[in-house]
Amino acid sequence: MTALWSKLRRDLWHGRGQALAIAVVVACAVATSAGSVATARALNRSRDLYYARANMPDVFADATRVPAPVAARLAAIPGVAELESRTTGDGRVSWPGGSARVRVSSVSAGGGRLGTLRLRSGRLPGRGEAAISEGFAEAAGLHPGDRLSLVVNGRLQPINISGVALSPEFVYALPPGGLFPDDRHFGLLWMAPKDAEAALDMQGAFDEVVFKLVPGASAADVIGAVDPVLLPFGGEGAYGLDRLVSNRFLSDEITQLDNMATVLPAIFLGVAAFLVSVTLSRLIASQRMQIGTLRALGYGSNAIGLHYGSYAAAIALAGALAGLGLGYAFGAYMSRMYMEFYRFPVLDYRADPRAMASATALALLAALVGAAGSVRRAVRLAPAEAMRPPAPGRFKPTLLERTGLARALLSLPSRMSLRGLARRPVRAALGTLGIASSVAVLVAGAFFGDAMDFMLRLALEDALRADATVTFIHPVSHAALDELARLPGVRAVEPVREEPAILRAGPRSRRVALTGMPPGAELSRVVGEDGRPVPIPASGMVISARLAQLLGVRPGDRIRVELLDGRRAVGELPLAATVNDVLGLSATTSLESLRRLAQLGNVVTGANLSVEPASRDALQRALDDRPSVAAVAWRSVTITAFRKTVAESLLAFSGMLVGFAVAIAGGVVYSAVRSSFSERSRELATLRVIGFTRREVWRVLVGEVALQLVLALPLGALLGLGLAALTTHAFQSDLYRIPLVIDRSTWVFALGVTAGATLATSLVALRWIRRLDLAEALRSGD
Amino acid sequence: MSGARVFLVRGLSKTYRMGEVEVTALRGVDLEIAEGELVVVLGPSGSGKSTLLNVLGGLDTPSAGEVRWRDEELSHADDATLTRFRRDHVGFVFQFYNLVPSLTARENVALAAEIARDPMTPEEALGLVDLSARLDHFPSQLSGGEQQRVAIARAVVKRPDVLLCDEPTGALDIATGRRVLSALAGVNRELGTTAVIITHNAAIAAMADRVLHVHDGGIARVQRNERRAVPEELAW
Repeated sequence: MTALWSKLRRDLWHGRGQALAIAVVVACAVATSAGSVATARALNRSRDLYYARANMPDVFADATRVPAPVAARLAAIPGVAELESRTTGDGRVSWPGGSARVRVSSVSAGGGRLGTLRLRSGRLPGRGEAAISEGFAEAAGLHPGDRLSLVVNGRLQPINISGVALSPEFVYALPPGGLFPDDRHFGLLWMAPKDAEAALDMQGAFDEVVFKLVPGASAADVIGAVDPVLLPFGGEGAYGLDRLVSNRFLSDEITQLDNMATVLPAIFLGVAAFLVSVTLSRLIASQRMQIGTLRALGYGSNAIGLHYGSYAAAIALAGALAGLGLGYAFGAYMSRMYMEFYRFPVLDYRADPRAMASATALALLAALVGAAGSVRRAVRLAPAEAMRPPAPGRFKPTLLERTGLARALLSLPSRMSLRGLARRPVRAALGTLGIASSVAVLVAGAFFGDAMDFMLRLALEDALRADATVTFIHPVSHAALDELARLPGVRAVEPVREEPAILRAGPRSRRVALTGMPPGAELSRVVGEDGRPVPIPASGMVISARLAQLLGVRPGDRIRVELLDGRRAVGELPLAATVNDVLGLSATTSLESLRRLAQLGNVVTGANLSVEPASRDALQRALDDRPSVAAVAWRSVTITAFRKTVAESLLAFSGMLVGFAVAIAGGVVYSAVRSSFSERSRELATLRVIGFTRREVWRVLVGEVALQLVLALPLGALLGLGLAALTTHAFQSDLYRIPLVIDRSTWVFALGVTAGATLATSLVALRWIRRLDLAEALRSGD
Repeated sequence: MSGARVFLVRGLSKTYRMGEVEVTALRGVDLEIAEGELVVVLGPSGSGKSTLLNVLGGLDTPSAGEVRWRDEELSHADDATLTRFRRDHVGFVFQFYNLVPSLTARENVALAAEIARDPMTPEEALGLVDLSARLDHFPSQLSGGEQQRVAIARAVVKRPDVLLCDEPTGALDIATGRRVLSALAGVNRELGTTAVIITHNAAIAAMADRVLHVHDGGIARVQRNERRAVPEELAW
């Protein structure tokens, strides 16, 4: 058998172009599969390890102000193993060179018993000190020993940075109301309990408590017991780890990676199987005589089957090997990218032998499935028949040509192409599907950018039109708005009142921020996916369609509203309309109806401002000086941060997809043209002899591919649309809904890259045609 | 020699590299062919006759010597010039027909007609080879002789100045072979097309004006027939 192995080696070398095309596609499949799985497992492992080491709480609860002794009652709740109370609040820090919003929190000795801080540098804060979060420290260029000016509750105090730390509860650190981590403008700041209580005016009280449950205890039961205890103290409703924002983003990301580890490799392997089938069937057709000779020499079916099966397996293995290396690097790269957003102490990324083995096995399986048909034909070829040259292929006019019109319009080369495709409809259809999948991969990948842009436009241009949004530390009277209006550069002011609330409809409930806005507000509006503003009813609510679905309510239904502030006012509001918005779960009513519900005077919690661009800095300084202002969010800053974050990760992602799509289109087209060239080299030589130029012969050769491309582009667009729709459906959550928005530029990009890759690949054929030995091609009958 | 000289060959040599071996196919051939002449090149396989035909037809270039088509030098012409030469002046007929299997008889002929300057219609050309009844048949639906006659029609449809035929009857039985030769002779006679037929079949020599006996890369002997036999008289 060593002679056959030598033949295999030389056959592979001889057909290295096609072998390479297949290997590249297999490599893409294995790389995406092994890489995504390794990354998903790395995130999973790192999270579990981190949560375990940091003693991650199981249940979280916030309240307004809970006297310290209440903690003992909470600790007595059955199922609670351990609890820790904290004091938290909003603040602002500034340092020479910058300023940012911070979330201030107390941290007990040793970094806390639950959700323990992990020090990255320096030490835990002593009196007069604070630790800050790592992402913020890096973005702001702050180090232990640096000095900050901290403003909390309108009081300024100097503070030293003692250390830089990570919290498992903020692996993904979203600023309040933010869409994306924004380390440049938002950070976490931890202080010793006494300092935090003093700064936040919370001596002898806490406003956040986290619980570790005994093994086997039900989180729902504990939540049910915690809520009544905290209710009198402004309890906002406890929730489990599954509802912790940081944890949810992380879980969604892992799910997304798992999807990626399935969908893309499946497409690649399908294409690879097809390429193997085309290549092998061509090889076997051209080696009929050799197969006959082997048979005549006494080689059996098994030996011949093994020989050609090994051809496919060798290519798949080579591709898989390259893919494993590529996948490792790809996973490492993605993991590094995730580390920008998800702050783990250690990202435990390593090669995943199980994922590697299963990806390789799948690649091998796909290649063998692709090879099966051709190998079966080779094995069944009778020796005597194999020694005869094959009869001329049977052709007939296509259905299209039998209508006289098409016949009159089609040139001879197009008829050749059309009949060539019609003669092998399955191969033609699969080839078309292969090229189409390249378009689909591009569309499904690139539309993310369009969708993000759309979400950004909707949320930060159509809905929020204020240049700046001011949040007050405590609710203030309406009169505060007049003061804001007098500040430099302020063109218009609109009040906002936001109250944490639980909406209930029958047995279903959801915790949301209920927003009160003046009817006819211009600076902030409720806008649906269609871009049209939904008017705010005088009494009644407009809520996200997603929220309505979760609550099982329809316009006209009445919804019970429990405000979670200290008074715990309860009332009912009718649902006036739902809105197909894209971010979060929103519930909006008029200021007046919220005032009636809260039974508390004419107060606001924030304001939207329209600002003269030139007066921005002056206004910022003026607001910084006002003790009642907790934070100012500039729309332009949010937009820039969003674009920067999204653009960076999307650019890398779409670059990768272009590579994949080019590999698919290139592989399919190369394989198709190469096979066609081998099968038709005699015909092409004849055309050259008759007087066709190289260019004309090239056109005849790539005609079939061109026809397939023409069919593949619209088909691919359709598949892409489907794949994108599937993606948006898979990623629907309370946090965001990705709209199915595909810009024209994305279509042009997807179709252009595929057509370009097809054209570029088919140009290679010009070289083969130049090298075509006319005399040699015509000499023999075979 | 009846008409004006169309081919002038002087000192033509052709050496191939076959793997690591040098093969001399032609050594110093001198030859002239006149317009309207029917020349049969006779020789055993490996004598160099196919190489001679390929060089005359612009499929191959000589290693040494000179080949002229009328006033045009072919010996050192580039691919574009040779392609144009073939397109405008030469009709080829091969032993294995070389029809495009995905095109009907009519379309195979049209393939050549569409790129020619002053072609006849494909129907006319197929009529010349007596195939008017098989216009819309695909190669797989035609017998070997019919396929070869389609190939001849494809060669003559452009009204070429010269027909170059490489073993046109090599794959056919006697009766079919005669019909094919008769079609070739008819074209030569009626259209005045110069024809060069390569064969190892000595019986075919009788239908030529001139017979070139090729041996070992050179023209060993030239035989001039006083009378051209009609193909129907040939037997082998």
